[in-house]
Amino acid sequence: MATAARKAPAKSRADGKSSGLSAPRPADFNKDEELAAYRHMLLIRRFEEKAGQLYGMGFIGGFCHLYIGQEAVVTGMKMALVDGDQMITAYRDHGHMLAMELSPRGVMAELTGRRGGLSRGKGGSMHMFSKEKHFYGGHGIVGAQVSLGTGLAFANRYRGNNNVTLTYFGDGAANQGQVYESFNMASLWKLPVIYIIENNRYAMGTSVSRSSAETDFSHRGASFKIPGIQVDGMDVRAVKSAGDLATEWCRTGNGPLILEMQTYRYRGHSMSDPAKYRSKEEVQKMRSEHDPIEQVKARLLDKKWATEDELKAVDKEVRDIVADAAEFAQNDAEPDPSELWTDIVL
Amino acid sequence: MPIEILMPALSPTMEEGNVSKWLKKEGDKIVAGDVLAEIETDKATMEVEAVDEGTLAKIVVPAGTEGVKVNAVIAVLAVDGEDIDEAGEGIGEEAPAAEKAAPAPAAAKSEAAAPVAAAPKTEIAADPDIPAGTEMVSTTVREALRDAMAEEMRRDEDVFVMGEEVAEYQGAYKITQGLLQEFGERRVVDTPITEHGFAGVGVGAAMAGLKPIVEFMTFNFAMQAIDQIINSAAKTLYMSGGQMGAPIVFRGPNGAAARVAAQHSQCYAAWYSHIPGLKVVMPYTAADAKGLLKAAIRDPNPIIFLENEILYGHSFDVPKLDDFVLPIGKARIHKPGKDVTIVSFGIGMTYAVKAEAELRGMGIDAEIIDLRTIRPLDFDTIIASVKKTNRLVVVEEGYPQNSVGDHIANQVSQRAFDFLDAPVITIAGKDVPMPYAANLEKLALPNVGEVVEAVKAVTYR
Repeated sequence: MATAARKAPAKSRADGKSSGLSAPRPADFNKDEELAAYRHMLLIRRFEEKAGQLYGMGFIGGFCHLYIGQEAVVTGMKMALVDGDQMITAYRDHGHMLAMELSPRGVMAELTGRRGGLSRGKGGSMHMFSKEKHFYGGHGIVGAQVSLGTGLAFANRYRGNNNVTLTYFGDGAANQGQVYESFNMASLWKLPVIYIIENNRYAMGTSVSRSSAETDFSHRGASFKIPGIQVDGMDVRAVKSAGDLATEWCRTGNGPLILEMQTYRYRGHSMSDPAKYRSKEEVQKMRSEHDPIEQVKARLLDKKWATEDELKAVDKEVRDIVADAAEFAQNDAEPDPSELWTDIVL
Repeated sequence: MPIEILMPALSPTMEEGNVSKWLKKEGDKIVAGDVLAEIETDKATMEVEAVDEGTLAKIVVPAGTEGVKVNAVIAVLAVDGEDIDEAGEGIGEEAPAAEKAAPAPAAAKSEAAAPVAAAPKTEIAADPDIPAGTEMVSTTVREALRDAMAEEMRRDEDVFVMGEEVAEYQGAYKITQGLLQEFGERRVVDTPITEHGFAGVGVGAAMAGLKPIVEFMTFNFAMQAIDQIINSAAKTLYMSGGQMGAPIVFRGPNGAAARVAAQHSQCYAAWYSHIPGLKVVMPYTAADAKGLLKAAIRDPNPIIFLENEILYGHSFDVPKLDDFVLPIGKARIHKPGKDVTIVSFGIGMTYAVKAEAELRGMGIDAEIIDLRTIRPLDFDTIIASVKKTNRLVVVEEGYPQNSVGDHIANQVSQRAFDFLDAPVITIAGKDVPMPYAANLEKLALPNVGEVVEAVKAVTYR
C-alpha cells in the first residue's frame, strides 16, 4: 500500500529535550502543492531513468549515481526554501540539481560530456554548479561537501543575509572525520546550516549496521549540541514540514540542525553495481509500499484532485522534457579542444 | 656555589631577547616559583621563574637591555648562608656577560634570530616594480605580512582571516598581531584545532564570494587539509566550467624551522606547485612578503603562500607606499651578475646570498634570481639569465626528488640547452626525514659550502 506508515516513527533525538524540537507532523498539502511535488519528483525519476539508458548506450561515461527512490528528499526540502538559500551535495546529485531548477538539458549534456553541459563538459556527473541558482555542487570526495557547506553558511552569517545552506550527505559520509569538525564549528559559531543526512541504508555496498556504531543519524550531533530529527524521507509532506521547521530554526539564529532522511535508493550505488548486498524482496517492498511518487499519486486520486488521465498528461509532459534533454545531450558537440586550457586560473 | 640564572629561550628559533623588567631586586629572598623577571622577543613576552631558593645576589643584566643572548647569565642567586656580595663577585665583569648586556644594534637584533643567516652582505638590487626614489623603511617579514593583511582588510570588507590562535593569542608566530583589536572577532576568527574542517569552511566561504585568509599554524598541519586545498579549492573553477572558483589564501610557515624534527620540518613548495589551479608564492624579503601577500589576497584564485619561521624576524627595506602590490608570477633579480646564475626562493635565498659573497671574493660574479612565485614559474627571467651566464645552480631546502630545482633543470635543458656550458646543478635538502639532533639537522639542510662548490663546478674553477 502506497500510504503505509513507515516502520520507524519520527522522533527527535540528540539535544531534542533542551531544544524542544521534535519531528513535526507531515505537512497538509493543498492540491497545488501535491501536484507540484508529483511533477518535480516525476521529473527526477524520468530523468534518472533516461540517464541510466544513455549510460547503457555508452553516451555517458565514468561514474553515474542515480537518485531513483530518494526523490522526496530534495523535492520536499526545496519547497521549504526562499530565494538565496543554498544547496550543496556529493555526487548523487542529479536530483538536487533538478530540484534547484538547473536546466535538464544542461545537466544531461554535462552527463554526456558536451559543450552545452553546465560545466561545458569539464565536470561530468559528479561536478556541476550554478552560482545563479545557488547550487554549489556536485562534489566527488565523500564528506568534503560538508565542510564546504558549512563555509557557505559561514558566508551567510558573515554577511548577515538570513539565508540558510542545505548541506546534503549520506549515511556513508556521516562517518568521515571532517563532518564532525564541521559540526563543531557550525554549532560553536551558530551557523545557519541544515545537515541533511540521506540515509539510504547503504554506503556503496556496506549496510548502515555494518559501518556505523550509532545507526541513529539524528543523534550524530549530540557531542556538538546539534539537535537532530528523523524524518520519513519517502513522504514528501514529512520532508517539507521538517524543512519548514529546520529553515525557521536556522533563520532565527539557533545554529545548525540535523535532519536524518530515512530513504532508499532503488538502483545500485552506481551503474556498475548489481547490488548483491541486499535482497530483491527488500527493494521490491520499498518500491511497492513506500514509493514517494506513488504516495502522492494515491493521495491525488483519493482526494479527486486529479484524474488518471490528468496524471498521465503530467507524465507525458515530463517525458517530453527529458526526451528533449536527452536529444540535446546526444547531439550537442563535444567541447572545443581549446577548452582543455581554459578555466584553470582566472 | 651560587647559582647562575640564564637567559632562557622562548622558542626553537630564538637566539636572543630583551630583559624588559625585573620583578625582584638584589637582596630579595627568592623561593622556587617566584617570578624574577620578564623577557621578550618580537614575538612574545614571558616570565622567568625561579627554580631554586636563595637570595638574589646580583642582577647582571639590567632591565631594558636588548639583544641578550640565550644562555647568558642574567642574575646570580646566593644559596644557604652564602654571602650575597661574594656570590655576585666578578660575574658581571666577565667578558661574555658584558657583551650580552650591551644593547645590540637594531639590525643585528633582527638578523640574529636566524641560525642560518647573518646579515646579508649582498646589496639587494632595486626591484623594477618599486618606483625609483621611493622611501624605504626597515621592516621585519613578520610586520610586513601583518601590514599586508591589515591593509587589505581595510580595503575590502570581504577579506577575513581564520585559523588557530590568530585572534586572542595574536598568532602563534605573531603574524596576526593587532588584527583582532582593529577588525573584531567577526573578521579575525579563532578556529578549533581542526585543519581539515576549517580549510573546507574557508573554501566554502570563498565559493560564496568571500576572500578568506586561512592561516595554518604551519604547513605541516595543512597535510590534514590537503584534500580540500587540492580537490575543492584548486579544481572547482575548472570543474564548473569557469562559473565558480575559490578566491582564498592559505598561508603560514613552511619548511624547516629549528630543531623541531621530521613532522614539523618540510618544504611544500614542490608539492603544491604540482597542482594546476593553484598559485604558489614563497617570498624571501619583507618587501616581497608584503607586496605579494596583498596581491594574493586580491587574486581570484586559490593561493598557497609559503612563509618561513626563521625569516619572520629578518628585516628588509620595504617601500613606503600607500598601496604596494607586486605581480605574482614574476621573479626578481636579487643581484645581477655575469658568470653564473643562482636561482633560489624563500629561505633558500639565505644560502645563495652568502655563497654569492664568498664567490665574489674568488672573482666569480654570480647573478641571483629570487623566484618569489613557484607557480606560475617565471622561466623567462631564468632563461634570459642562463643565456647570459650559461651556467645554472638552483638552491632550495625541500627534498631532492621531484624538487622545484629538478623541474627548472628539466625546462632549461629543453628550452636553453645550447646556451648551457655545464650541467645544471640542483642543491636541495638531503633525502631524509629531518633529524632532531643539532649536528644531523645541519647535515640534512643545504649549506653555503655546497652552493660555492656547485658554482665552482659549473664554472670549472
